Amino acid sequence: MNTLSTTAKPPMSAQDKPGLDPVPPSHPAKIMPGAQAPAPVPVEQPEVAFDIRDLCIFYGTHMAVKNVTVQLHSKHVTSLIGPSGCGKTTFLRTLNRMHELTPGAHHTGSILMHGQDLYHADMDPTVVRRRVGMVFQKSNPFPTMTIAENVLVGLRLNGVRDKVFLARRLEESLKMAALWDEVKDVLHRPGTSLSGGQQQRLCIARAIANRPEILLMDEPCSALDPIATGKVEELIHELSNEYTIVIVTHNMQQAARVSDKTAFFYMGKLIEYGDTEQIFMKPKDAQTEAYVSGRFG
Amino acid sequence: MSVRYDQYRKIKSNFMCALSVSCAVLVVLPLVLVLAHLFRMGFSSLNWAFFTQSPKPVGEDGGGMANAIVGSIELMGLALLLGVPIGLLGGVYLSEYGSDKINSWIRFGADVLNGVPSIVWGMVAYALAVVPMKTFSAFSGGLALSFIMIPLVLRTTEEVLLLVPGAYREAGMALGIPRWKITVFIVLRTASKGLVTGVLLALGRIAGETAPLLFTAFGNRFWNHNLAQPIAALPLQIFSYAISPYDDWHRQAWAGALVLVLLVFALSAGVRIFSAGKKT
Amino acid sequence: MTAEAHPAGVGDLPKPSRWGNRLFEGLTLLAAITIGLLFLLVAFILISGSHLSIAKFGWHFLTTSTWDPVADQYGALPFIYGTIVSATIGLVIAVPLSIGTAVFLTDLAPLWLRQPLSSIIEMLAAVPSVIWGLWGVFVMVPWLRDNLFPFLKKYLGFLPLFTGPIYGVSMLAAGIIVAIMILPIVTSVSREILRSVPDLQREAAYGLGATRWEVTRIAVLSYARRGLMGAAVLGLGRALGETMAVTMVIGNRPEISKSLFAPGYTLASVIANEFTEATGQMYLQALFEIGLVLLGVTIVVNIAAILLIKTITNPGSRRT
Repeated sequence: MNTLSTTAKPPMSAQDKPGLDPVPPSHPAKIMPGAQAPAPVPVEQPEVAFDIRDLCIFYGTHMAVKNVTVQLHSKHVTSLIGPSGCGKTTFLRTLNRMHELTPGAHHTGSILMHGQDLYHADMDPTVVRRRVGMVFQKSNPFPTMTIAENVLVGLRLNGVRDKVFLARRLEESLKMAALWDEVKDVLHRPGTSLSGGQQQRLCIARAIANRPEILLMDEPCSALDPIATGKVEELIHELSNEYTIVIVTHNMQQAARVSDKTAFFYMGKLIEYGDTEQIFMKPKDAQTEAYVSGRFG
Repeated sequence: MSVRYDQYRKIKSNFMCALSVSCAVLVVLPLVLVLAHLFRMGFSSLNWAFFTQSPKPVGEDGGGMANAIVGSIELMGLALLLGVPIGLLGGVYLSEYGSDKINSWIRFGADVLNGVPSIVWGMVAYALAVVPMKTFSAFSGGLALSFIMIPLVLRTTEEVLLLVPGAYREAGMALGIPRWKITVFIVLRTASKGLVTGVLLALGRIAGETAPLLFTAFGNRFWNHNLAQPIAALPLQIFSYAISPYDDWHRQAWAGALVLVLLVFALSAGVRIFSAGKKT
Repeated sequence: MTAEAHPAGVGDLPKPSRWGNRLFEGLTLLAAITIGLLFLLVAFILISGSHLSIAKFGWHFLTTSTWDPVADQYGALPFIYGTIVSATIGLVIAVPLSIGTAVFLTDLAPLWLRQPLSSIIEMLAAVPSVIWGLWGVFVMVPWLRDNLFPFLKKYLGFLPLFTGPIYGVSMLAAGIIVAIMILPIVTSVSREILRSVPDLQREAAYGLGATRWEVTRIAVLSYARRGLMGAAVLGLGRALGETMAVTMVIGNRPEISKSLFAPGYTLASVIANEFTEATGQMYLQALFEIGLVLLGVTIVVNIAAILLIKTITNPGSRRT
């Protein structure tokens, strides 16, 4: 069992993240005549994937998530932890507009994705879901489709026809999901002929074949054995270089292993949010401390 | 309770059980009798001529029911053309879109329609097709049969689609696939075996229908490939031969009945094979 | 493991059309509404096809016995009578047999027998009406004429039901064939109903020391009473509409007679026999009116059946 200190990801700084330009400060320091200009401090401001303000999520009249305000960062892995029923999955599903599919579901507050209002009247939810992919708790490859068809279904059914492009995307996605070597010779087999862990990786490949900007994962390893879990966690680590990942997990050790940032939910409220290492080593809130030290949950 | 009373209760129980066994036997009896007769009377008449020739003129022996067999197939094809799309799409509505209230009304309506005597549908098809066309036709026969198919296919489609796990629809939604494409390319595809089963069941039902064809397809002693003209059908031919005064025709009626019953059983056997091969 | 630098996923994919969903949903709604349209259609066709006859005969149509195409006088009473009597006979024979078989299948039969027996009953249901008619007219009717009917006349001839000349083709023959044809559906629906009785009921009765029959009677049949009634009414609905088999064995004589040995005529049979020969307009209109009566009766009966059966699927249908 890996311990926190050896495998927790070091907090990312601007230099580590490839391709990320440091965001210039919005208010450049005014230089007073005569005064010495203060030494410029490199400001680490990673790009914000989700800017959430005062989010309250309802099932009918029942408020499941209360007044959540948080900023989730791009190309980070953010884990959402908390006991059962604390609202973390509900929160996750509003990020790709899946929550609204439940009858009676609605929310108040705003969610901005890369600066755009996710729920704007002109925003087509279908387009949102192509930009924000999701992997579910129980793997659900389509039973009537082959492995290749499963991976490419999001592209094919959305009108992509170019066979060369599709073949390339297929290979890339399966490679990114660490599944290519295992299935490259049997792509014509049904998606359901794989093992549980492979099926989940297939679902991950399927989700990233769309090249979404953000990948949401709802307890992706809860139905997998430890070896398969390990493979998926490794995968998340690799993917985080390219993708923003938000992962709901019941398993605190997993959160500690894979994520950069952690958000602790309890009873629908966001109790604490911060760097993973800080949340687990030096939680600021008493409830957080109680949860991460295993006193409840 | 006295011992005597208990004995009485036991005897009564055994008696009633025996009675229910005899019920089961009596229920099975007619099927055994009719099948035995069909084979005995019809089998010997199943020769090559039967399957390849149309009826000979009145009074002459021989000939066959080939045109009736083909006609029945054509009528079933016509009924499929109208009945399956409407029934299928209607079932899709009930399972994927409808609200509880509308759905229960439509289901109720379909169940009541299933109980309408088939001859009434014949009358409707007569008014809609035979009168304007001024002739009996295969079209009108197919129309009458499709009226019977629609509620059947609608109900079986709904039932089958409801069995498709919601997880697949969710996965499709999460990929940003438009709802209708999810329904058509994922849900319907997943349920395809069950859908075919439903259609086969409906076909089995209409294969044996005679009454609605009496004044729509009307029957035809000759080969006919014009769908706008009267056409022969197996059940119609059996009926007209059966009520005729000629022994040879009676013999052929038995043969035709054997073919018909085998056809209907083959369709329901097909249903069973399909259901058995269904993967979850 | 490299990947091409990924632009926003949207750039790869064509934009979804807004109307695709709406069009499809509209299409399916239209198809579903066809059910309602079919009701309207059948009512409209039958009413408009018979309006002259309705205007001419009014309610007398249902109470008069004359059926005279030559004089253009039409009364449907013999057919109504024939339909009701043949259906009743069918029910009287079929319902006890069906319920007995359903009881056998759900509670009493050994497990290895249940599937084969159900399959046989399904096969029974699949046999087309015209084939029952064929067997009926060439096998059953002669047998009845030579064996059962004389037997009944001899021993039960004091009843007006079993008097009169024996032809073979008769109301009773029609009733028997109707019974055979509704056995499968009444049995399978009864079986579903008995199956839906919770095992808890049975176990409670067994726990009290009841015999097998008593368990069935007390815990199962009384609980399921309303549903079983529904099964019977469903059978009635089927029986009323039976056409071909009845036509071939009933004798097709539009007369009302007390004797079950007498030939008769049903609503469906007269349509089947005379529709293509109805040359006069009033003749055809009268036949359409007969169809209307048939439609009305079967719809009412079927609605009653469905409602009765639905109550058993809702819990708390225990009768007081």
